Amino acid sequence: MLELLWLIPCLPFAGFIVLAVAGKRIEPRAVAFVGVGSVAASAVISVIVAVDFMTAPPPGYAYTQTIWQWLDVAGFSPGVTFYLDALSTVMMLVVTIVGFLIHLYSSEFMEEDEGYSRFFAYMNLFVGSMLVLLLARNLLLFYLGWEGVGLCSYLLIGFWYKDPNNGYAARKAFVVTRVGDAAMAVGLFLLYNGLGTLQIQELMQRAHQSWSSGSLLPVAAAALLLGGAVGKSAQLPLQTWLPDAMAGPTPVSALIHAATMVTAGVYIIARTHVLFELAPPVLAAVAVIGALTLLLSGFSAITQKDIKRVLAYSTISQIGYMFLALGVGAWSAAIFHFMTHAFFKALLFLGAGVIIHGLHHEHDMFKMGGLRKQLPVTFWTFLIGSASLSAIPLVTAGFFSKDQIIWLAWSSGRGGTWLWAAGVAGALLTSIYTFRMVFITFFGEAHAQVSKRPGLRMIIPLVVLAFLSVTGGYIQLPAIMGNITVFSGFLHTALPPVRPLSGERMEWILEIIAVVISLGGVLVAWLFFLRTRGLATRLAETSPGMLLHRFWFSGWAFDWVYDLLFVRPFVWLARINRDDFMDLAYAGLAWYNRSLNRILSLTQNGRVRFYAMGIALGAIITVAIAVLR
Amino acid sequence: MILLLLIIIPLVGGFFAWLYGRRSEAAPRWISLVSLLIEQALVIVLWFRHPASGIGPGAWFADLQWSWIPRLGISFHLAMDGLSLLMVGLTAFLGIMSVAISWTEIRERVGFFHLNLLFIIAGINGVFLAVDLFLFYFFWELMLVPMYFLISIWGHENRTYAAIKFFIFTQLSGLLMLLSILGIYFVHASNTGVYTFDYFSLLGTSMAPAVSFWLMMGFFIAFAVKLPAVPFHTWLPDAHTEAPTAGSVVLAGLLLKTGAYGLIRFLVPLFPEAARSLVPAAFVLGVIGILYGAVLAFAQRDLKRMVAYTSISHMGFVLLGVFAWNELALQGAVMQMLCHGVSTGALFMLVGALQERIHTRDMNVMGGMWERVPRMGAVVLFFALASLGLPGLGNFVAEFLVLLGSYKVSVVATSFAVAGLVFATVYSLWIVQRAFHGKKRKEWAISDLSLREMALMFFMIISLLWLALLFWRSLR
Repeated sequence: MLELLWLIPCLPFAGFIVLAVAGKRIEPRAVAFVGVGSVAASAVISVIVAVDFMTAPPPGYAYTQTIWQWLDVAGFSPGVTFYLDALSTVMMLVVTIVGFLIHLYSSEFMEEDEGYSRFFAYMNLFVGSMLVLLLARNLLLFYLGWEGVGLCSYLLIGFWYKDPNNGYAARKAFVVTRVGDAAMAVGLFLLYNGLGTLQIQELMQRAHQSWSSGSLLPVAAAALLLGGAVGKSAQLPLQTWLPDAMAGPTPVSALIHAATMVTAGVYIIARTHVLFELAPPVLAAVAVIGALTLLLSGFSAITQKDIKRVLAYSTISQIGYMFLALGVGAWSAAIFHFMTHAFFKALLFLGAGVIIHGLHHEHDMFKMGGLRKQLPVTFWTFLIGSASLSAIPLVTAGFFSKDQIIWLAWSSGRGGTWLWAAGVAGALLTSIYTFRMVFITFFGEAHAQVSKRPGLRMIIPLVVLAFLSVTGGYIQLPAIMGNITVFSGFLHTALPPVRPLSGERMEWILEIIAVVISLGGVLVAWLFFLRTRGLATRLAETSPGMLLHRFWFSGWAFDWVYDLLFVRPFVWLARINRDDFMDLAYAGLAWYNRSLNRILSLTQNGRVRFYAMGIALGAIITVAIAVLR
Repeated sequence: MILLLLIIIPLVGGFFAWLYGRRSEAAPRWISLVSLLIEQALVIVLWFRHPASGIGPGAWFADLQWSWIPRLGISFHLAMDGLSLLMVGLTAFLGIMSVAISWTEIRERVGFFHLNLLFIIAGINGVFLAVDLFLFYFFWELMLVPMYFLISIWGHENRTYAAIKFFIFTQLSGLLMLLSILGIYFVHASNTGVYTFDYFSLLGTSMAPAVSFWLMMGFFIAFAVKLPAVPFHTWLPDAHTEAPTAGSVVLAGLLLKTGAYGLIRFLVPLFPEAARSLVPAAFVLGVIGILYGAVLAFAQRDLKRMVAYTSISHMGFVLLGVFAWNELALQGAVMQMLCHGVSTGALFMLVGALQERIHTRDMNVMGGMWERVPRMGAVVLFFALASLGLPGLGNFVAEFLVLLGSYKVSVVATSFAVAGLVFATVYSLWIVQRAFHGKKRKEWAISDLSLREMALMFFMIISLLWLALLFWRSLR
């Protein structure tokens, strides 16, 4: 059944083409059928293919399928070729299944929107591109998917195009990520020129053979790929676009800006882990970037008012965890957290979507309140998602995935105390901002009346994702609690395992610290935002508090700095040179010729006396020259 | 013989278009369309007959030689290889598009308009096929005069200025090329005693390095003006903006390509050593063109002028590709010529269609038009994405190959050129935002793209996708 692989990305593309061509002419039900159906079919085939892959693994634990030869220039011959191994299987399953649930949800969420077919066309295009990204065997095809998802992100952030702010957010997202992509492109040129291929497996093998660890070429190549990864995954220093990306419809935020696209950076680092292992300084940088990002955005999340912005900063922070895991060489832990995060963050966004949908596009949490009675299913599922995000012990998937990262940040050979401390501090911040959001939104007195209640197509995805957010973690349990390694065991055919250096006693101690910290965060949130509501406000009103609050609220003033350093000079330069100073040289030449012409034509005035004088003067001068010589 | 037909058909078609143009308005359009369709059919036949000809120069498969002025060594010599074939194919394709897009736009002196349009196309085909330097120069000048009329008669507000500027730039640089042609002619004669303008005979003419350098510069300036490379680019925005839509399509899609073609066909093979010494300068000019053109494009308020400036940026990649001196980059440069021809041609057609409807090109009064004209918005978006180098569309493949090849030569120049991809994103998205997204600045009561226009756009979209995804597959 593995031969069905090509259908998985092709079905969503087919959906896109149908909707793009005929979307205006067919009725909304048909639009939903095509839009949701294509992804559903893709998900079903993914499951079939994945089951086949797991039960009867192909030789070498990898299956390759070439659709056609793409380019053929001077020995450079990348094909449209898909590559399925354990890593892409996991990613593919998550993308299609979560993608399907979000499409189902959207079919109700977007029902009254005039751009219904345009929405599903873009969403299908996104799923198709994302699958190409995951399944590509060579980096050129990968880059096609990579840019394709970036395009869809742009199109969907700016989906409600009438508001110029949405257009701005969309362009910001595209341009900022494109800065990273440009670095990545240079990385591809370097890899091709150094190793003579762009086919990933071949590339890794040759890198391993011909490059020594820590030498210039692998370090430069890894650093350039990392440039692309931080752009797409919204990590320091290119994280600024993601909070603004919340301008898009909420299902878009759930699918693209939480569950799938933003983790593409994690995927490419895991995919090229051999290269990163040859570049220890870059790998260390990955860990540090992850640690810093998860802290910085954690602080920012605490100060936000817009529920979607809290979730956006939280996403940046959680991807920071994945980067931390990659940086310490815990490859499968990063992918595990990617999976659980896709479940609970999609769930949280979809829950937030129900609220926003029900309150006439209200995003401000402080205008919500007390929603737990009006939206009970949403409340309970949202609570499950929040618990998973905050890594509430034993009962949530987030606990198992996040604590694995924190544990390995300590015990892996590449880890260390500081990285561990950042992870733990981040865990505290996570439970504080998460439960702040829960308490403000669902508890206390109600500030608004829900006008629209979610129907089945919105409820089912919430329930399924809530189920996965709880049970998704049980396929991988720590050594001290059952030691189940289904997930990492499966992935180890594609990603090397990491061996912890510390023993079981240490693991117990650190585990308990992590548990206390995450529960402590909930307690802090309860104290500040539920029991004595004014406490946080009073703290923020002191003058250092105000300063910090503004600083964090603005995302550590990165936008301001970038605006000053890049945007303004560019716009200024463009504006003063609108008429192209180089043209002045030619205009000057033309002016000079015309002036000469004017002066000379003055002599043609038709007066005989003037001509006679000219002749006389000329004669005198000629004679004078002849005589005086 | 088929080579001669490729030049004769548009000449004859143009003549009859003019002849019948006095009696009816529709006749010249149909005559031109039919003659160009025949032309396109011929190209397709050639394409299928010589599938292995490839994309690069040098694999000759058709030749026609008649003596013309034997005493001076001038002959009517045409030849075709893969490169010429692709260029002639592009010419026929964009020629058809130009005729079809002018269907309703041009209402005055229709016959004479089509005479000029088809004569330009004949001249361009001649340029792509001539392998006698004198003949090449003849066709090079032949494109110029009708183009001048096209701009100065059917152009917009500032047409006279633009037409004269275009004429002086091209004419002067063409003169330099003529001097160089004569130079190599005499050097060859003094070496061998044979007076000939024949390309194949002149190849490998040995000369002193200084002589070679200055003769090459004559060619280089002529081609750099056409391409255009900074700092010879300033005729372009005026000419493109003021020309009628068909004129802009032909200018951007075809005339610029003759400059690139000249570099590949004549400059590099005739002066290999001298050209190699020019590589650093050409790289610098190419990169400056990419970045500077992009910044200028972003600054514009006139939509058509903006599209015009993007050409400068895109043609910088061609300069880079030609002088990177390897197979990857060269094929990328040829690909860029094709894809830029299609994508920028399409953008000019769209801008023309918009101007026909709202009678302005000022982006300050546009905005929010997607609601009104969604089809037009979507198609503009498509070609804006092509312009910013979205993978899956042709321009990306072209630029990627160029950069992959130029990386071998200069990492620094390539890195700067890659920054051009970011700049391209900025201006391309800005086009869509200013014209179609955002708030409505004015309530335009306009119609969406008609069936004819959609059909044209369909062909443009399909060809760009084909170039990006299936082109190489069709070679085998």
